[in-house]
Amino acid sequence: MVDLDYLKMSKPQKMLHDLGRFFTGLPGRVGRGFMKLGLNIGRCFKGLWLSVVDLITTFRDGDWKTRLSYLVMGSGSMARGQWGRGLLFFLFQTVFNLYMVNFGMAYLAKLNTLGTVATEKVGRKTVYGDNSFLILLYGVLTLFFVLAFIYTWRMNIKQNKISQQILASGRKLKRTKDDLQSLMDSQFHKTLLALPTLGVFVFTILPIFFMILVAFTNFDYNHQPPAKLFTWVGFENFKTLLSSGSASYGDTFKQVLFWTLVWAFFATFLNYFLGMFVAIMINKKGIKLKKVWRTILVMTIAIPQFVSLLYVSKMFAADGLINTYLMKWHWISQPIPFWTNPGWARFTIILINIWIGIPYLMLIATGILMNIPADLYESARIDGANAVQMYGKITLPYMLFVTGPYLLTSFTGNINNFNVIFLLSQGKPMGLAGNAGHTDLLITWLYRMTVSDTNYKIAAVIGIMVFVVLAVINLVVYNLIPSVKNEEDFQ
Amino acid sequence: MTNNANVAAGQQKLRSKRGHERRINGTIYTVLVIMSIVWLVPFVFLVLQSFRSYKLEKGGMVDYLIPKTFSLDNYAFLFEGSNFFSWLGQALIVAVAVAAVTAVLIHVCGRLLDKGEGEGRGTRVALLGGSLLIGFVALVGLTMALQGFALAGSWVKALISLALFVLAGWIMARVYLKQDSKLLRSIPGYVVEDKHEGLKKFCAMFAEFGALALIAQCILAPMTMSQYVRWYGNTLTIALFTSVIQTVIVLSVSYALSRLRFKGRKLIMNVVLILGLFPGFLTMITLYFLLKQMGLTQAGAVPGLILIYCASSGMGYYISKGFFDTIPKSLDESARIDGATRFQVFLKIIMPLAKPIVIYTILMAFMAPWGDYVFASYVAFGHQDGYNVAVGLYNWVNTNDFQNYFTRFCAGGVLVAVPITALFLALQKYYVEGVTGGAVKG
Repeated sequence: MVDLDYLKMSKPQKMLHDLGRFFTGLPGRVGRGFMKLGLNIGRCFKGLWLSVVDLITTFRDGDWKTRLSYLVMGSGSMARGQWGRGLLFFLFQTVFNLYMVNFGMAYLAKLNTLGTVATEKVGRKTVYGDNSFLILLYGVLTLFFVLAFIYTWRMNIKQNKISQQILASGRKLKRTKDDLQSLMDSQFHKTLLALPTLGVFVFTILPIFFMILVAFTNFDYNHQPPAKLFTWVGFENFKTLLSSGSASYGDTFKQVLFWTLVWAFFATFLNYFLGMFVAIMINKKGIKLKKVWRTILVMTIAIPQFVSLLYVSKMFAADGLINTYLMKWHWISQPIPFWTNPGWARFTIILINIWIGIPYLMLIATGILMNIPADLYESARIDGANAVQMYGKITLPYMLFVTGPYLLTSFTGNINNFNVIFLLSQGKPMGLAGNAGHTDLLITWLYRMTVSDTNYKIAAVIGIMVFVVLAVINLVVYNLIPSVKNEEDFQ
Repeated sequence: MTNNANVAAGQQKLRSKRGHERRINGTIYTVLVIMSIVWLVPFVFLVLQSFRSYKLEKGGMVDYLIPKTFSLDNYAFLFEGSNFFSWLGQALIVAVAVAAVTAVLIHVCGRLLDKGEGEGRGTRVALLGGSLLIGFVALVGLTMALQGFALAGSWVKALISLALFVLAGWIMARVYLKQDSKLLRSIPGYVVEDKHEGLKKFCAMFAEFGALALIAQCILAPMTMSQYVRWYGNTLTIALFTSVIQTVIVLSVSYALSRLRFKGRKLIMNVVLILGLFPGFLTMITLYFLLKQMGLTQAGAVPGLILIYCASSGMGYYISKGFFDTIPKSLDESARIDGATRFQVFLKIIMPLAKPIVIYTILMAFMAPWGDYVFASYVAFGHQDGYNVAVGLYNWVNTNDFQNYFTRFCAGGVLVAVPITALFLALQKYYVEGVTGGAVKG
């Protein structure tokens, strides 16, 4: 294909062409991705090998201080007068040793079976055996701890090597005071990131890792520790969720996933275009009270959703205000089944979400519309373009270009939009296998699995599936929209 | 002739164009008015129904909108059994008294310092320290005396109030008595150039000490709480702490990722991106268990929730990072050349420029806890004293007795919505800035 041909095409044709190219290019790209992955793994192993070699040579060339550090972390630093660092290393090792001996080893050893001694009742006494939950959680924690220890140990030896080189070249080592000062200057990022990283590790990474592992166990209402043990079952749960059959959730999963995507599509794009439309109306020259209109619309963002959405959901109930008034005026004889009929429920949710969602888009679009150079419109007007043409040729392309990344995050956010569904319909009407309702998103289904059904294994699998869906969407979009990728472009 | 005809035709055209314009504007106004009605109607309904007495006109779902008699029964129910109003009145009186005395005291100290101007720096600093001490002692003593030493028996409260007083002293030192050569000029009452500036500073100081004393008094004075007041207090506590801690965390992370270049920066950003793709509720049971191990569930739900909201908040750095990215790097560089450390650059150069995004972050962090149902209900686990308003009111609407509780839910909702909405509308400008910036920069 020649470039000129491409330029001659109309917008939809171009888009189709781009999409086609994306899919024809997909195998190649996936292949390259795997190659890259392979290369990276190779590099990893090479790095590992190099550091082993480095460890050996450091030991060979090191003085007694360095060599002692292989056994007692931080001793080399302390011997060279770097008390602060040395003490930290030493403290870390002590804590690690105490932790492993008193606590970690026991859990790590049982990680492969998740416990074998069941809790029993001997007479009237309950004798507690193993607790699979604790074994899994603390086992994972211990694994992370071991990795951290290895990393720190390696760092400790590297430090020794560097110190030795510095001393050999006749320069002075950094004192503890210098170290502390550098935390406010050259190492400032460590100070800034230490606490947030710890928080994210304990409250996000560890739990996510734990739940991913739960997806491979039979942890549910029949296997609740400490009374009962649970154990590894391999890919059993994935089969249950994905295959169709009487005992599995395959059909439900398909329906819920379908509705999740439909919902996310409407919630994102309907709000996007309507919001933009409202923003254009308010920003039109000659419209007065701009601020008032904006403030009125923004009310739905300001008022906490649990107040507004709960109230609106009751308004649409069978005995709610809307139905009673329509019946009072004899417009209808039966209440409209806003929440009891699957189709109506889905429609109502999307409708009410417009009420919540337009204001956000209106604000965003207002900001962007003001940035479009006015002379573009001026020259278009001189050329005799009408409002629709100007919108199609100037406003829309500009908006789409600038808000591409936002659309992606918004779509992702809507797939995980728990509040709207939960406060409006709680997933009802029910009626799908696996205790799912017709308006359930994957995320609300997951919530019900966790809280009311205590079916943790399936909840974990659903969580992983959400991740997979989002990862695929993100990867595709990242490849289609170049402006998402470049961080430095905006600087 | 032809000329005249042309002019007439032109005028005709212009008139028709104007008519066209007017018609378009008319349509737009109609649409906007209809939208405004649709947008506001549910809230008007909410307010109207909150005035329908739950005693006199029973039933949540009735077939009329405007209550037959307007009553405050629902609101009264929310505060039933609580001495909230007398407590608030007392607190206000104490706060005003404390603020007045302290402000006057500092004002007088400023005058005293005025006399020491001719002497050396040492004298001035000594005077400064003395006046600070006097102000400090006065603040502590007055608050304690006025509430009749309600401190007894609660160490936590004592510590918190102590911390507040230290904060008060610190603010005094930083804001009103700057340490540079303008030491004396910055003292309220001393100022010469602008008459009103002195007054303004006095008012600001008054407000600040008033607020501090009010907080101290609120913590110290005993209040009997009704269920609703307790939930409200819980949510307010969570929101206040979260907004401070979360803002510090978010700003640190976004600053580090935006301005500093270090090994592993890209790695951190990619890991956060991947972690963000996992649904938040996936980890709920693990979080519950972790909190339970720390004793922060059920009765301890409030600190537990603060911990949960803040712990992972570093992952929401995108918007403020986008903002930091737009501040020119040359600012940092010139400051670095002048010998500032990175910490100083962060605190003294970037932070003052980042005011809009700081306010945006605080606003978002403050508003989020008011709407959180999921984690709040899971962590409180049926323990009513640990609920926040969302959980409490949600349970009112979704019980079997919901017909009876519906109007009370409306009243409770109004009391939550009014202050939050007012706050939001007041800070709307910053919100718009944050949202637009975030959307454009991704």
